[in-house]
Amino acid sequence: MLGLTPAQTVGPYLSIGLPWSDGPLVVPETDPDAFWVRGVLRDGAGEPVPDGLIETWQADPDGCFAHPDDPRGRHTSFRGFGRCPTADAGDWAIRTRKPGRVPDREGVLQAPHIDVSVFARGLLNRVVTRIYFADEAEANDADPLLATVPEHRRRTLLAEPTGGGYQFDIRLRGEHETVFFAL
Amino acid sequence: MAEPLVVPSGYRRDDGTVHPPLDYAGYRSTALRAPSEPLILLPHNLTELTGPLLGEGRVSSSSADLSVQPGGEALGQRIIVHGRVLDENARPVPHTLIEVWQANAAGRYLHRVDRHDAPIDPNFTGVGRVLTDDQGNYRLVTIKPGAYPWGNHPNAWRPAHIHFSLFGRAFTQRLVTQMYFPDDPLFAYDPIFNSVRDERARRRMVSHFDMDATVDSWALAFRFDIVLRGRDATPMEQP
Repeated sequence: MLGLTPAQTVGPYLSIGLPWSDGPLVVPETDPDAFWVRGVLRDGAGEPVPDGLIETWQADPDGCFAHPDDPRGRHTSFRGFGRCPTADAGDWAIRTRKPGRVPDREGVLQAPHIDVSVFARGLLNRVVTRIYFADEAEANDADPLLATVPEHRRRTLLAEPTGGGYQFDIRLRGEHETVFFAL
Repeated sequence: MAEPLVVPSGYRRDDGTVHPPLDYAGYRSTALRAPSEPLILLPHNLTELTGPLLGEGRVSSSSADLSVQPGGEALGQRIIVHGRVLDENARPVPHTLIEVWQANAAGRYLHRVDRHDAPIDPNFTGVGRVLTDDQGNYRLVTIKPGAYPWGNHPNAWRPAHIHFSLFGRAFTQRLVTQMYFPDDPLFAYDPIFNSVRDERARRRMVSHFDMDATVDSWALAFRFDIVLRGRDATPMEQP
């Protein structure tokens, strides 16, 4: 077995190398069913993080992935990937559609979710979280992963509906710290 | 309940000796940014076992050569950086996007936040992209970046490095790291390098001088192989 290459921080100058002009567009801007998921990335003092990067990965509205390892073999042209650097106020946004429900290994349907990576100066490795949707209460109640999250922390994983989109703030540390996952 | 899926096997989990801890006192910026709560286990289901395969269209013939801009050639020691992207099971990772960014030869980034008193090079942006081939090989041309001060502690200098970003083929494989150069005297003083506590793992971030890949009268060469996570086990075969 080969030894893994260790992670290192993106450092303060990630915006030289990582942003794409179409990064935030998980779906084309013209998609009539698209909405913005917006958020603010904050640190342990509650201050905005202006030198971070949010990346997202999700299924299409039917719960399928544009990937050969999706065993259901349905082909989708859905990009599924979003990427947005944080601005001076820590704010970021991606334009997407709500993913369909994806079954887990046991065949249990997971609630609609988006996997998220957060990169920043001061993070020696990415941290990983998930966006769930607050208006999917029934599906969320049956989600096997959410069930493993202490109840009082679950709301940190819920994107709240706002006029025509959703708000998902990420707190790296401290009060109302977002739930992060070991991947 | 839906039909059970034959989901591919998951990826091997870090045993805690390879990646740096998120909370690392030597690197001051971790204090306010590393989560304080324990991480919760994320099982590897389809969202984690798939990932963006977006290389095509993101690279061009010029994006793998950082040493030349339309206005002319960058200053500094021209180098070739090449290697192979593999997974832990020694399988090549083909057609995967590699993104790099780096300081110029004087140790200055082309970034509004970088106030280091060193010159900007008008012919160096410091950003590059390349795709691995069907055997996981990649090759970049650039200039050797300079070391630079960074204010973490008195007289703190980063060893020369190139930032590498890799997607692999699954969300689990995503990796951002830094490539260092052999025998850098700053290694002993750099908390970011030393945040990787295992010495053998640290060495895997250091490129090797590669005489065979140099080009006579043109460029030196360094080899940097990258290993992403591999699958935990092959799926059980039916007897």
